Amino acid sequence: MRIRIARHTEMAASPLHLRLLPSPPAGVNLQRRQLRSGIERKGGLSRKFPKVVCYYSLTTPPYKLDALEPYMSRRTVELHWAKHHQGYVDGLNKQLATSPLYGYTLEELIKEAYNNGNPLPEYNNAAQVWNHHFFWESMQPEGGGLPEGGVLQQIEKDFGSFTNFREEFIRSALQLLGSGWVWLVLKRNERKLSVVHTRNAISPLAFGDIPIINLDLWEHAYYLDYKDDRRTYVTNFMDHLISWHTVTLRMMRAESFVNLGEPNIPVA
Amino acid sequence: MALRTLASKKTLSFALGGAARSLAASARWVTTVTLPDLSYDFGALEPAISGEIMRLHHQKHHATYVANYNKALEQLDAAVAKGDASAVVQLQGAIKFNGGGHVNHSIFWKNLKPISEGGGEPPHGKLGWAIDEDFGSFEALVKKINAEGAALQGSGWVWLALDKEAKRLSVETTANQDPLVTKGASLVPLLGIDVWEHAYYLQYKNVRPDYLNNIWKVMNWKYAGEVYENVLA
Repeated sequence: MRIRIARHTEMAASPLHLRLLPSPPAGVNLQRRQLRSGIERKGGLSRKFPKVVCYYSLTTPPYKLDALEPYMSRRTVELHWAKHHQGYVDGLNKQLATSPLYGYTLEELIKEAYNNGNPLPEYNNAAQVWNHHFFWESMQPEGGGLPEGGVLQQIEKDFGSFTNFREEFIRSALQLLGSGWVWLVLKRNERKLSVVHTRNAISPLAFGDIPIINLDLWEHAYYLDYKDDRRTYVTNFMDHLISWHTVTLRMMRAESFVNLGEPNIPVA
Repeated sequence: MALRTLASKKTLSFALGGAARSLAASARWVTTVTLPDLSYDFGALEPAISGEIMRLHHQKHHATYVANYNKALEQLDAAVAKGDASAVVQLQGAIKFNGGGHVNHSIFWKNLKPISEGGGEPPHGKLGWAIDEDFGSFEALVKKINAEGAALQGSGWVWLALDKEAKRLSVETTANQDPLVTKGASLVPLLGIDVWEHAYYLQYKNVRPDYLNNIWKVMNWKYAGEVYENVLA
């Protein structure tokens, strides 16, 4: 994972996250699987370096847990981050201890485990770790309002107007039936911004799109604050929480992969 | 019971044959569904399920499925009358989701019963024997349903199903509001447990396994046993 925003550590295993872990106990059956690349890999850790292994760790939202009130309560953020997000991290690390997918960066792991639409057991946890990390940084206190400069121009170019974009984002969020996410993505081939929703843990990364914003539509993301009223939750996200600052940074990065032509995203 | 409910809720336009269709087109009307009443108070399942959860679940969630299903039926009726095939197909998603939500919740309310009225009493009679035969024991069945319910990703339901042709019980899961019949035409729901987060979040937060453990305390096995015996009678 290459997105790096001030104050944050990278999510992919890095030297900061080295942890000592015992070798798998005797009798643990390491899995052997044929991967998408055609290479057969055996689970478990390299025998050459049996002591030091890297796992993923929980990243911290870039604001205090009560900073999004009243639109997202401290209680919601606490549970969502310390229980749900942490649960996905723990679940993934547990799986990786015996998995042939140990050692990938998180984004590569998500693509590999998506397995062309037949997800491997690691997929849900891996994608949800990434999705939540991305979600926390998609928000900021006193967010919302209008994006600036090049981002606004790109939105107007691809959606006709900012109002159209806002309405399409809200409509797409309400059209998703059940748990999932709504996203603003940059489509690589079409070279334009687009709104999509995905079910459960599915990430547009797997389709080659570049995520710009995501909003969690699992009920755990809003039930304590909004009960069944998903519309108000999504509207408040759009009007008060979305971080256009983060969007600008992500668009700048995305422009290294996709030539948007005019208008250019200005360098901060 | 559930099948009868389904059958009676079908729109008139589906049920009518060719000869009657012109009549339906000239004086169209749609048999809509209504939100069923609960046979117990919202708070009567406490402490297993809080009154607030029951109130929201029934008055907001189920009521919304009913409203949206009726809306979709009316749109379907209009599309059928106009012979607009693409509109008919386009409505299938809303019908499956909202119609499924109505069917599933209607079963779910009957699956629950206050402890004072016999909720949580394990199944007796033929269903009790069948559970022992197909799962080994009642405890093994509960364990299996809890495990499959906890492992279900996202929103959905876990069911105790009766295959009325094979005359066998099984545990099934369905995503979102897909009703059990989507897993097989011969499957009859004896019990359905809602594992959407809205079914437990206010009380159990992220700990779905605790919700699943506690719901057995208010399970209406008498209802499940009646459905079982009626189907196999």
